[in-house]
Amino acid sequence: MIRQNRERIIEALLFISAATAVIIVMLIMVFLFREGAPFLLKYGIHNFCLGMDWNPIAIDGEPSYGIFPIIIGSVYIATGSLVLAVPLGLGCAVFLVEIAPPGIQSAIRRGIELLVGIPSVVLGFFGLVLLVPFIRDNAGGFGFSILAGSIILAIMALPHIISISADAIAAVPQTYKQASLALGATRWHTIRNVILPAARSGIVASVILGMGNSIGETMAVLMVTGNSPILPEPFYDVLDPVHTLTANIVMEMNYAAPGDHQQALFATGIVLFVMVAILNAISHHVLKSGMEVGR
Amino acid sequence: MSAAVRTRLFSPDTTDRAASLLLWASAAVTVLILLFIIGTIVYRGIGVIDISFLLDSPRMSGAEGGIFPAIVGTLCLVAVAILTAAPIGIGAAVYLTEYAPDNAVTHIITFCVECLAGIPSIVIGLFGYAFLVVYLGFGFSIISGGFALMFMILPWTIRASEEAIKTVSGGLKEGSFALGATKWQTIRQIVLPNALPGITTGIILGIGKAIGETAVIMYTAGSSLLLPESIFEPVRALPYHLYILVSEGISDDMAYGSAAVLLVMVLIINFTAVAIQRYYQSRMGLRH
Repeated sequence: MIRQNRERIIEALLFISAATAVIIVMLIMVFLFREGAPFLLKYGIHNFCLGMDWNPIAIDGEPSYGIFPIIIGSVYIATGSLVLAVPLGLGCAVFLVEIAPPGIQSAIRRGIELLVGIPSVVLGFFGLVLLVPFIRDNAGGFGFSILAGSIILAIMALPHIISISADAIAAVPQTYKQASLALGATRWHTIRNVILPAARSGIVASVILGMGNSIGETMAVLMVTGNSPILPEPFYDVLDPVHTLTANIVMEMNYAAPGDHQQALFATGIVLFVMVAILNAISHHVLKSGMEVGR
Repeated sequence: MSAAVRTRLFSPDTTDRAASLLLWASAAVTVLILLFIIGTIVYRGIGVIDISFLLDSPRMSGAEGGIFPAIVGTLCLVAVAILTAAPIGIGAAVYLTEYAPDNAVTHIITFCVECLAGIPSIVIGLFGYAFLVVYLGFGFSIISGGFALMFMILPWTIRASEEAIKTVSGGLKEGSFALGATKWQTIRQIVLPNALPGITTGIILGIGKAIGETAVIMYTAGSSLLLPESIFEPVRALPYHLYILVSEGISDDMAYGSAAVLLVMVLIINFTAVAIQRYYQSRMGLRH
């Protein structure tokens, strides 16, 4: 009896530990919405998300809280980082699984594990003292730019893209590869026409996940993008500075007075949360449906 | 037709060789970027680092002196985070792998673990400020910052422990059950000891993640440069100190020194985690 009771108590305790994750997520939602939602409703979701002007401390006249240029800034930087990181990361993943001799493969894998460990604030610092001046001297502009943000984020996204893509490529059945080689295809034709298509869902999932991570990244981006909440002009000028949702929160929480301004920052957090959640859900779905097809 | 023309322009052998070259190059570029970043930070920082830099308090808001309080602050925050995340994470992983029935509740739990892993760190920071600092009244303190960090690393701890527990062979467990052990006895005596290397690796990686994190602790742990006397006092973590040195243009040298210390701490921790994993993997390999 005592033994049975003990077993039951332990199971209950373990269940509570597992439920902690649920409680935390619930609390995050509750507090984020409690602080941000009343403001969103008062100011109007439409005015907030599509407004062009972010000017919370208007010296004369009404303050305005439009985050459209900031949303676009986040999307720009995240997209830019993927444009740089996906070809490089995919190339590296294919190399690791299909081409690298075992010694080099494990050395590079170890190096990539280290890359994951570089704290984002250290990468941001590196970007600020070396990359920003380099861009300013060689490409023009202020240096603080979409380009700088994209490069730094690409470096952060690389290890994730490499490791998930490498897993997806390694999971392609050997028989596919052998059949292709037996038909006389070269190694490259096999990679391009057989292995990459078969690993597609894993690769796509890693790219979308990378996008979510990039949009949610804070410190590294904040230190190199220049933080100006206006749209780049013309829209393709990657040397223009931009502002991101994450940077907006970090920089203004410092001095935002309780009230509309602080609530607007929580509302920015809600928008960020929703964007990242959607991307993660898509990535999860792609990975899952890909696995089902694979079976 | 176009394919035929192309094969004539470049023979399959040529394309194959060119492609290999490109793939080698992409791997080389990745490694070079890594070496360049780590090399630059350590090379520029090493000149600043000496015993007094590590053990002195900062003077003139960090322009002179050392970074001792920031190192202490970081260690306190990480200790709170890991001491709470490890038991909860391991407990959750044991529940999910050994007990959880395949029902809606379990699906909600696994979904929330996924969700928590995806939440941007600044959102966790905002939540920590609203919930821990203001609502629960902990103020800017080690306990607020430590708990906020725990929210961030908990899903990773759960995942790593789950992976480690899943690799324990079914035969060992069945043997234990056959000898009359209860479920919990089996878990404590057989499953957890065998999963320990994997769990330890996961927890050490969690420490590495927590040490470098900034956005989570900026608005929860405070930015005091005094040594804390209890967990209810504010501290400034090392990454936040680095950010302040840089963003307020206080001192480039001190920033390089702090960045190098931070980077080396994280690298040592990650090396340890990977080394433990490799050691046990090779031992397991020999045993089978």
